[in-house]
Formats: sequence, structure tokens, C-alpha cells
Amino acid sequence: MSTKNWPLWEVFVRSKNGLEHRHFGSLHAADAEMALENARDVYTRRNEGISIWVVESKDITASNPENNGELFEPAQDKIYRHPTFYDLPDEVKHM
Amino acid sequence: MMSEEQIKNLEIQFEERIARDEKIEPKDWMPEKYRKTHLRQMSQHAHSEIIGMLPEGNWITRAPSLRRKVALLAKVQDEAGHGLYLYSACETLGTSRDELYEQLHSGKAKYSSIFNYPTVSWADMGAIGWLVDGAAIINQVPLCNTSYGPYARAMVRVCKEESFHQRQGYEIMIKLANGTPEQKEMAQDALNRWWWPSLMMLGPTDAESIHTAQSMKWKLKRKSNDDLRQQFIDQTVPQAELIGLTIPDADLKWNEERGSYDFGEIDWNEFWQVVKGYGPCNKERMNARVGAWERGEWVRDAAMAHAEKKQKQKQAV
Repeated sequence: MSTKNWPLWEVFVRSKNGLEHRHFGSLHAADAEMALENARDVYTRRNEGISIWVVESKDITASNPENNGELFEPAQDKIYRHPTFYDLPDEVKHM
Repeated sequence: MMSEEQIKNLEIQFEERIARDEKIEPKDWMPEKYRKTHLRQMSQHAHSEIIGMLPEGNWITRAPSLRRKVALLAKVQDEAGHGLYLYSACETLGTSRDELYEQLHSGKAKYSSIFNYPTVSWADMGAIGWLVDGAAIINQVPLCNTSYGPYARAMVRVCKEESFHQRQGYEIMIKLANGTPEQKEMAQDALNRWWWPSLMMLGPTDAESIHTAQSMKWKLKRKSNDDLRQQFIDQTVPQAELIGLTIPDADLKWNEERGSYDFGEIDWNEFWQVVKGYGPCNKERMNARVGAWERGEWVRDAAMAHAEKKQKQKQAV
């Protein structure tokens, strides 16, 4: 039995310049360098990317869906943050 | 600890979310049975991709041309990738990669029984791509819309990559079917051996399928096994005719009224024998898989030791 398992990494790929890196999936690797090499083989076999980020999964802090109410509901009734809240005469075509 | 009533309420909300076509993500609350059912199906799927490399790996070094060899190599590499996407999806439900491997290696977890049949000729590479991947695609396309987000995302990628698998297989069959009489016979022989196992691959009949109703509700399954099987037959029979091969079923007949093919009795006894471990290659597949894992242990350990050493050196600077 192996003494230690390879840690889990999250893989982010930029598919082309001008676009952001997007989460593609995860994989196991002994270190960051191997994670990059594996990510290339697992997630970019068909020209899906031109840049890869890897980060160890344990280093990501995620919000908990149980707190979604307090985190995200306050934005729901702030319709004045959207342009359609404001009344303009029809004559104004673009604003 | 939640009360029974609280759980009941959460379950109702959960079922409503799925009915609204909302996706479930890893950290969302989910019923224990949803978690278990998904783990079972996704891990079984992952194991099938990994074991599925073995029958085809058998022919990589003996591919008849470089064109065929690069294609087969790429296909088998894709299968490794598909296994990895799916194992990652399983891990989001809290089961580690090592546990998943342990379940496969100990025989506790199942994989698709089709991979327990031998690949005795090159034509089998054609038949597998055409029929086995064809059946797999029919099974997998509806899963791109399944309710569990990580599974649906993995399936989108899998389906995108798999269409080349079926085409390369069918192309092999076309070449053989249009070749010498011996080559055509090889193609027919491969079709004869892979046809029925491919039909079985779509799962037991609806009457026998114990998980169908619940899985339909969770959108883990969008069509019943029998519907998928009929779809596969209707789509494949004309493809066989087109290249002059004969489906090995004397009862196969177009049914004008149904707009579908009627077909003969499937030998479910054979299916259950293979599932239970008595197929022609069950032992061989497990030995190959477990052997590869054990022989690779020193490599995994060395990589980890090397990574730790480098980390220490970095910290010392």
C-alpha cells in the first residue's frame, strides 16, 4: 500500500486569448508540475486550451450553499441597480 | 442532527428543484439515496472506461497501418480521459480515488459486462467502435442533461469526444466489408460475436430493471433500457445493410406499424452469467488491471517522495 496518495488539483483552462480561464475539472498529481502535465493530457487533447492554471483543491475556499440566503438574497430586491429600473421618454433611443 | 420532518421538507424541496430542471451541485443538500445512486452509476461508468481500454489495447501494437494505429491509440487515450473525468465527478460526492480503485480491484464494484468478451481479430476493433461505442453514445447522450452538475458536465465532454470513436470503428468495418472474401468474413464474424452483447449492454429489460423508476425521476436516466435498445437497433440495422453485412438475428424484421425493427429473444442468462463474473475474460481483465496498479505502486511512491523533497528544498532556501 502506498504511504501517501497524490493530492487533488483543480484545473483551469483559457481556451483562447481574450477569454478567461474557466474551471475544466480536477485530477490527481504528486506536485504542481505534474498536475500541469497531466492537465494537458486530460483536458486539452483537442486544442481546447492555450493556457492552464492548476491549484491544489484544498487551497480553495468555497462558500456554503446553506448560507446562500444571507449571501445572495439581498441582491434580489435591488432592482435599481439595473438600467431597466429608470424611466426615459421613448424619444431617447440609446442610453 | 435533523429531525425526520426537517429531512422530509428538504426532500420535497429537492425533488421540486429537480422537477424545475435545476442542477444539483456537490455542496448542495441531497438525499442519501441520491448520493449513493449517483456514486454507484458514475463509478460503474468510470470503471467501465478504465477496463474498456484493455480489449482494444490488445490490438494497438498489431494495428494494420499507421493510420489505424494512431486512431486506436487516440481512442484508448480518450477512454483513460473519460475514466478520469468520471472518477473526479465521483470524488465530488466524497469518495476518494483510492476507495474507488479499491472497490474496482476487490470486485465490489461492477463495470460494463461487454468488456469481458475477448478481442480475437482486428475486425473486433471495428465492431467495438461501431457497436459498443454506438450503444454507449445512445446511453450517454441523454445523460448530458442529468440533474447532477458534475456528472452532466463530464458527459458533455465524453459525448463530444466519443463520436470519432464510432466513426473510426465503422470505417474499419467498411474497409473490411469491401476487402477480400476473407476480410469480409472477418467483419461478419466480428458482427456475429458483438451484436448480442451490444444489445445486452443497454441493460436488463424494463420489467427487470430495479433502478429505473427512481433514476428517471432524478433525470439520471431519461429513457428506459428497452427504448434505448430499440433506438440502437433501428439506427444500426441500416448501417449493416449499407456495407453488406448481416445482423445475426433470424427474427429481425421491419415492423411497418411500429416504425421499428422487431428482433429476437436476448439470452439474458448469458448476460447475468457475465455480470456475475463467469464471462470469457472477467478474470483476465481484473488480473490485468490489478497487476498494472500493483506494478505502478513504486512509481507513484517515487513521484510523491520526489515532490516532497523538492518542496523541502524550496522551503530551505
